[in-house]
Order: sequence, then structure tokens, then C-alpha cells
Amino acid sequence: MAQLEVGHVCVAFDGVQVLDDISLTVPAGHIACLLGPSGCGKTTLFHVVAGLSLPDSGSVELDGRDITGAPGQLAYMLQKDLLLPEKTIVDNVSLPLVLRGVPRAQAREQALALFDTFGLAGTTDRWPSELSGGMRQRAALLRSYLFSQDFMLLDEPFSALDAFTKADMHAWFLDVAERFGTTALVVTHDVDEALELADEIFVMRGAPQAGRPTRIVGTERIPCPRAERASFALTEEFLEHKRQVLALLG
Amino acid sequence: MSPKRKGSGAPALARTAGVSPLVGKLAAPVTVLALVAIWQLVCSVGLVPSFLLPSPVAVIQALVGDWQLLAGHAVTSLAEAAAGLACGIALGFAAAVLMDRFELVYRAFYPLVVLTQTIPTVAIAPLLVLWFGYGMLPKVVLIVITTFFPITVGLLDGFRSVDPDVIDLMRSMGASRAQIMRHAKLPASLGHLFSGLKISATYAIVGAVIAEWLGGFSGLGVYMTRVRSAYAFDKMFAVIILISALSLVLMWAVGALRRKLMPWERSEG
Repeated sequence: MAQLEVGHVCVAFDGVQVLDDISLTVPAGHIACLLGPSGCGKTTLFHVVAGLSLPDSGSVELDGRDITGAPGQLAYMLQKDLLLPEKTIVDNVSLPLVLRGVPRAQAREQALALFDTFGLAGTTDRWPSELSGGMRQRAALLRSYLFSQDFMLLDEPFSALDAFTKADMHAWFLDVAERFGTTALVVTHDVDEALELADEIFVMRGAPQAGRPTRIVGTERIPCPRAERASFALTEEFLEHKRQVLALLG
Repeated sequence: MSPKRKGSGAPALARTAGVSPLVGKLAAPVTVLALVAIWQLVCSVGLVPSFLLPSPVAVIQALVGDWQLLAGHAVTSLAEAAAGLACGIALGFAAAVLMDRFELVYRAFYPLVVLTQTIPTVAIAPLLVLWFGYGMLPKVVLIVITTFFPITVGLLDGFRSVDPDVIDLMRSMGASRAQIMRHAKLPASLGHLFSGLKISATYAIVGAVIAEWLGGFSGLGVYMTRVRSAYAFDKMFAVIILISALSLVLMWAVGALRRKLMPWERSEG
């Protein structure tokens, strides 16, 4: 478990202000969603949080430790599964351990111990091209998890999946996060997905290309316990939260 | 996701054309046999004098009769091809890695690499003989010049085919440049490398023969010039067939190596 704190992050590209004073806190063990329209700079913020690029000003802290511009601190997962086609599933999944210097056999063993939990039983020696989109995404998530159990950064992880698979993955993801006490920040442009997953939703708004830098315009807390999430979408409460979020999105 | 690759194009083609697999497989050998039969017929009937065009039977006789001599020359050519190919691969590999790592090296040397391809082999071979003598060296140098291009370009294309997001992901996992090369770029470039190698392997044999034409004591090219000056066209055809066969074997070997080293390809398509 780890707490993430993003403080006053500003980013500009070629003189265009993209992110303006972004601050947010994801408390340990929470799942937070970053919700905003396409092109508002969510991925830019993601790169900053992941340490892949430096902000012009501001900081990123993990458990009070400054990790601004330092990659390799938290697990990172994209919409594309990005499994390497030349490695079997088990070798793909154990890659972060191998990169860290763990011997291959030991890394495989560590990964295999989690295959059942992540719903990957029987896929060990298959090639990524042989798996369905949902299964590949599970493998990508296990790879992220093996990189860091504490904090996961997910950029539209389920948006390429069909509706049925997506619903399955949501339930399964909440279960896994609950079981391992993982803190997560999920980027999405799907309001329903944010409401189904998040303990808190940070709503971003702006159009950098049109001269309006992106800011966080509000935070919506969803107090619904994880166990009740499955039927949460059918409640009056869900609709009330949705109205609030849509109002923030404008 | 990588594009789906078929293990081999021929069966797919046969399927789309509505030809049964067996007929599809036999089409090429039957065509070759038919052509050889026509050739034999033309010679037997006497349409072309035998000193201009030896019959297939005469060619086979020459091949069998001169077998020991041919084998000796073939060993020389193969040794040159192997040495040239090995150096070409090593050089191509080093060039590709450097060009991938340093943008400036790429900008400075890539046009030069392309330029080496525009140099006609037959034009530079005599110079190489002048510079490096009649031994093995000029042959190896010529083969290196002709083979390293397809390998460098193949590897570079392969390195660049890796999704930038994969590289970001690996960086986010704290991977070093060497680790990104080892785990993502190199495996992704194997397919390109083998395509380049297939071309390079045939270039290597042909390059050895051309270099031998221009000077040397042994090798299939030397044999070729000797039988040509003796107007022994049957032996000429025999050595051509041998060179083709060697190139085919080499291409097949590259294909076999590819299947061995790229097991993930078998599961696709």
C-alpha cells in the first residue's frame, strides 16, 4: 500500500500550456479515477506521474518520497497490453522481475504462483497471439502487479475490450485490488467505468489546443463499498453521482 | 500487436486460388521437369548444335564426371562465403546497434550504407583484387560489402518496429537501454534479420564466384573461367547448377534456423 501525492504539476509543450496546477492525492489502498475528455492531457499527466517525463514545475511523491522524473517506481499499464510477441506469457509476465536482476527460473516461479489468482491458469507457455484480448489484459495486469504491488497506474486499461469482457474485468480488478491492498490511479474517459471502479474521481477539464489548459475542476467521492459495486450501477445513488460528475465535465 | 505472419506463403496462395494442396505443391517441380524435358528434346532433335547448348543429360554427366574437382572448388567458395557472411553479419549488427543508439551516427552513415549498394560488384571486384591480391581476402571483402547492407537495414527496421509505448513501458519498469535492446528490440528484429539474411546468403555465394572470376587459384568462379575458356559448356552448366543448389541449401538453412529461433511465428496465422 502506498499513497500518491501529485503537487502543483504544470506542463507546457512548445509554448502551449497543457496542464495547469494539477494537484491530487490518492490515499493508500484507494482506487482513484482521472476522468476527462480525450485530448485534455491525461496521458501527459500519466507520463509525469510515471516519471517518464519531467513537469515544468510541481512534484510527484510516493509515500512522502519525491519520485519526480524517476521512472521505475510504480507499475504502469496502458490500454494496449504491450505483451512482447516473442515471449511466452510466463516470460512476459515475469519480465519486470528479470529486469530487476532476479534469475529467470526464480522470476518464473514467482509469477506462476499468481497465475490462478489472475485467471491465467493454463496459459503459461502460450504465446500472446494465442490469447483473447481479456486474457492478454489480465497478463498485462499481472506483469504490472509483479513490478509493483503498492501502486498501479492504469491508462484506459479496459477501453479496448468489449462490454461483456469489460464488466468481467471490472469486477475481477476490484477483487484483485481488494485482496492485495493495491492503490491505483486509473485514467478513463468513460464516466460509468469511473463510477464503477473509483473511491474518488478527479474530474479534469480543459482544451489545451484551444488555449484552455487542463485543470482539475472537482473531486467526487464514491463511498460505495467494493462488495456492493457489482449492483451499484442500478442504484439511485449511482445516478446522483453520475449527475454530479457530468455537471463537473460541463 | 504484430502483424500476423504465415509460416509459408505458398499454401495460402494455393488455397485462395482453389487448388488442392497436393497439386499446389507439385506445380513447381512439374514445371521444372517439363522445361528440362523440352530442353532435352531440343538437343536430341538437333535444333541447337550441342557445342552451343549441351543437353541436360550431358550436363549431368559433366557434373558427375568432374565431381571431385567441383567439390574441391566448392569448398573454397563456401569458405569464402561463410567468412564473408560472418563478417558481414558482425559488421551489420554493430552498425545497426550504433545507428539505433546514436541518431548522429545514423544520419552520418546511413546514406553511406545505401551508397555501398549502388556500387556494381563487377566494377569494384578488380580493384579489390589489385589491392588485396589473389588470396581469400578480396573475396571476403567483396562479400562483406554486398551482404552487410541487407542485414543492417533489416535490423534497423526491426529495432524501429518496436511500439514506442513498449519502450515507455520498459522504461517505467526501470529497464536500461541494453535491457530494452535485449528483451524488446532484438527479438522484434529477428524476422527482419532473417529476411535480410536470406538475401545475404545468396549474395554471399554469388559474390564469391564473381570475385573468383577476376583472379584466384581455386573456387567455383575459377573453375567457371577455366571451363569457359575451354568452351566446355556442359561443365559450365554443371557449375551453374551447383551454385544454384548451394544457394538453395543456404537459403533453406536460414529458413530452418528462423523456425528454430522464432518459435512464436509457428503459432500465428
